[in-house]
Amino acid sequence: MSTETVHITPYRTYAWVLIALLTFTFLTITVTWIDLSALTVFVALTIATIKAGVVLTYFMHLKFESSLFRVFVIMVLAIYVLVILFTLSDYLFR
Amino acid sequence: MTEEKTHHPEPSYLVNTGKYKGLMSWLTSTDHKRIGIMYMYAMMVFFIVGVLLGEIMRLELFRPGQQFYGPQTYNGLFTIHGIIMIFTVVIPGLAAVFGNFSMPIMIGAKDVAFPRLNLFSFYLYILGAGIALTSQFLGNGPPDTGWTFYAPYSIQTHTNVVAAVFGAFVLGFSSILTGLNFIVTMHRMRAPGMTFFKMPLFPWSLYATAWIQVLATPIVGITLLMVVAERWFRIGFFDPSLGGDPVLYQHLFWIYSHPAVYIMILPAMGVITEIIPTFAQRKVFGYKAIAVSSLAIALVGYFVWAHHMYTSGMSPTARWIFSLLTFLVAVPSAIKVFNWVTTMYRGSIDLKPPFLFALGFIFLFMIGGMTGLTLGALATNVHVHDTAYVVAHFHYIVFGGVGFAFFAAIHYWYPKMFGRMYNFKRANWAFGFLFIGFNLLYFPQFIIGIQGMPRRYFDYLPQFTLGMQLSFFGGILLLIGIILMLTNLFSKKGAKAPDNPWGGRTYEWTIPSPPPLENFEVMPVMGPDETPYDYK
Ligand code: HEM
Ligand SMILES: [Cu+2]
Repeated sequence: MSTETVHITPYRTYAWVLIALLTFTFLTITVTWIDLSALTVFVALTIATIKAGVVLTYFMHLKFESSLFRVFVIMVLAIYVLVILFTLSDYLFR
Repeated sequence: MTEEKTHHPEPSYLVNTGKYKGLMSWLTSTDHKRIGIMYMYAMMVFFIVGVLLGEIMRLELFRPGQQFYGPQTYNGLFTIHGIIMIFTVVIPGLAAVFGNFSMPIMIGAKDVAFPRLNLFSFYLYILGAGIALTSQFLGNGPPDTGWTFYAPYSIQTHTNVVAAVFGAFVLGFSSILTGLNFIVTMHRMRAPGMTFFKMPLFPWSLYATAWIQVLATPIVGITLLMVVAERWFRIGFFDPSLGGDPVLYQHLFWIYSHPAVYIMILPAMGVITEIIPTFAQRKVFGYKAIAVSSLAIALVGYFVWAHHMYTSGMSPTARWIFSLLTFLVAVPSAIKVFNWVTTMYRGSIDLKPPFLFALGFIFLFMIGGMTGLTLGALATNVHVHDTAYVVAHFHYIVFGGVGFAFFAAIHYWYPKMFGRMYNFKRANWAFGFLFIGFNLLYFPQFIIGIQGMPRRYFDYLPQFTLGMQLSFFGGILLLIGIILMLTNLFSKKGAKAPDNPWGGRTYEWTIPSPPPLENFEVMPVMGPDETPYDYK
């Protein structure tokens, strides 16, 4: 669209993102050696969420787009969290 | 069509201008109006097949005991009847047909944002429907799980579940892409000056619907693939004998399928909101309340899914939470009904066929909605769950609601679509048969349901005979109504339609009937004091 400025991300940023993603992948593998018992899934999912966040912000350009897109993403995440919470109202209270 | 050319400098969209002729010119067209019409014809074929399957079930149920075929055939019949009606008729439903045909015009656009993607959605629709139908002819016989594919039975049955499930999966993609297309269209392509709160209310309802399509459909897609994975590779997601949890299947299925009922009903409500002000010649009462209630229904409708699962062994905590939420979602629906009725109050009512169907919608939808509250209440649900009462309830919503709104919409936009009128007298007769036939078919099901007639049974105790036979005759009247309506609309050419036969105020009534290929010769602009419903 002509009214919007086109953002060009420097290669250096992408390189840093790549390094960050690789580090987190490495972290995911390393924590499997530690016995976290009940927290295992929680930790794995937390790391995965951070990685997804980085991808969304830089690779998928959320950082540079209009705030409308950020509102959409937050809304979707909120619905997702609520769906999980309501499902747990069954599983945690059986 | 030649006279069209002399009246209007631009040829209508029905005239072939591309390099292909005849059918090919339709199948390769990315025009939103042609795609809408193709969906309409395809859906009409599926609808007729579904109706005939319904009548074949009613025939078997005419008397207790076996009449024409056995229980396994009956199980196959209600499954494919449900799959066809739900996945290929009412879920794409009004959005695919009238959303495509009318929405871009109503917001002052030349087409949807991604016309090719739109045509691709249509092909996915045909492909998905085709795959689902092959389940009837290939493999170990037609699936017998019901359209809900509940685990663990859907994992264990030897019938051809995979084809049906995969067809539904592909149909889901069609739905997601249409939703995405509509969201972008309404964000980017509204006429200058048309802010969101000046957009007509049918597009508003499609906007809410589109978000559900995009956000909920992937869940059922994954769930159905999990069923396939479990059948092929014995992964224990759902089957307890493999270490799975069958209630998890029900959660996942209904996390989509409850919002899916709003995918069906929201566009229906949107059409009714267009028809009522036009035929009452009055400004919509409570424009903002109607627009916002669409979003509220879409949002709250996400969190009521487990009301389908009260008797499945879910925790008591979850049961009361979901019951409470179910009662809450009735509020925005009621807001709409009050606004429709108030819009009619002191209007100059013009009882033409579209309005008659809209009134039929309100009446039947109210019965469907109120009985939904009986089902949403924990204590009563235990008694009527999985009985004919549920069959009556969802037919009142999905056929009495969505179906009648669809009929209303055809009668409303038909002159715009084809540039022809239809015979009002026959349309009124058809409405009479449909309305009486419908109530005679489904109302007895409420009663025998409360008396204990279970759902999805091919046989019954003698005390239900009267109810079943009333339903049978209702089914015949309904069938006559459908034939009358379709022949009236599609068998002969009516008189030429004026551009604005009903005195409507939204943009589609300002352009020729049928519209030119690019809809507008001069792109509309909405002035600062204009609203979509400037009646009085
Ligand atoms: C003349 C028209 C129709 C007739 C005679 C009819 C009849 C029936 C019958 C007898 C059943 C099986 C009830 C049971 O034993 O559980 C049924 C189920 C069903 N019908 Fe219809 N129906 C008609 C139209 C429709 C329409 C228009 C829709 C949707 C838009 C629809 C959706 C369904 C669904 C979803 C089920 C449940 C299937 C299942 O239990 O798996 N029907 N119908
Ligand atoms: Cu529901």
